[in-house]
Amino acid sequence: MQCPKCRGSMRTYERNGVHIEQCDNCRGIFLDYGELETLTRMESQYHAAPPPAPGPGPGPAWGAPHHGGGHYGHRRGQRSWVGMLFST
Amino acid sequence: MGLEEELAGIAAAYGGAGEPVLHPTRTDVVVLRRGEVVVKAHSARDDAGDLRPRLKAAASAAVSGVMLAPLEPEVLSAGGRAVTVWPAGRPVAQEDDPVDAPWEEGARLLARLHAVPLTLMPGLPAAGGPARAARAVARMPGDGPVEQLVRRAFKELPEPRPMPALLTHGDWHLGQLVHRDRWLLIDVDDLGLGDPAWDLARPAAWYAAGLLAPTVWERFLGAYLASGGPALGQGDDPWQRLDVPARALTVQLAAVAVVNAWREHRELDEVEHSLVESCNRIVRA
Repeated sequence: MQCPKCRGSMRTYERNGVHIEQCDNCRGIFLDYGELETLTRMESQYHAAPPPAPGPGPGPAWGAPHHGGGHYGHRRGQRSWVGMLFST
Repeated sequence: MGLEEELAGIAAAYGGAGEPVLHPTRTDVVVLRRGEVVVKAHSARDDAGDLRPRLKAAASAAVSGVMLAPLEPEVLSAGGRAVTVWPAGRPVAQEDDPVDAPWEEGARLLARLHAVPLTLMPGLPAAGGPARAARAVARMPGDGPVEQLVRRAFKELPEPRPMPALLTHGDWHLGQLVHRDRWLLIDVDDLGLGDPAWDLARPAAWYAAGLLAPTVWERFLGAYLASGGPALGQGDDPWQRLDVPARALTVQLAAVAVVNAWREHRELDEVEHSLVESCNRIVRA
């Protein structure tokens, strides 16, 4: 197939199930009927996709929700916590 | 002669020199250090008949490099109490950030302990974990809402699934490590045959209560699994085996917290309260 713009030769690629013809010369892209809509739909899905759910950390069903960050530092030195770490 | 003088004399007989120093511990146990020798008078409650094979196990070559070996493989007696004699070691520093504690080393030692073939062991009694939890709950005074919750959580603990028994420490926490030329497990009082997941259950309970940072828990668990520790089976989810013992330890820790607060005439603090909240989630789970 020849490029409708510059008459260069076009090469076919497939990206996520969409056929794309790209001109080797001017890099112009030719889409078949409906393929622009398919790409647009895929793009909006990509942007709308929620970030991977953090989910409950691995643990028992009855576990406390664990918050990240320096949440644990303030217990350092707390007497009952240190006592518990070291005693029966 | 008082018990302390007797213990100091025993320490001297095993080469302990210098001023005897009492080591703070449980109220029913006396630990005295004299130079390089530590002498322990066990609780009057404890069965000396159970202590004998436990001490033999710690003295056996099969646990060399895993458990501290006693200086004297026989149980001695002083003031009507069972007494054992040990080389001194350096405990984990309580002043340091718990993050810097030797969690991995503890986990690796437990993994090696659990893997000791029982054919190399003397006949041992049951490990002390489950009985400890029951005793802690029974010791709680009062019948307020917190006590009722802890008792209910204990009563509703699921029946543990029958498991082939392995060599189990029975009461593991950071105070059960000492360093000599390497880290070693100490305290044979609860050593015996049992479900080894109980040895991981106290850190698991801390983690599930939101007290132990996930990174520290993962270091501990990761080191145990990487050392081939057998307590958690082959599955992907370590909590399948951990769930019941971690519930039991949560209940035990909450009960101990209630007793401590009662003894000191104070309310539960934030840390202790998080264990009660854990009990609350357990009864709702």
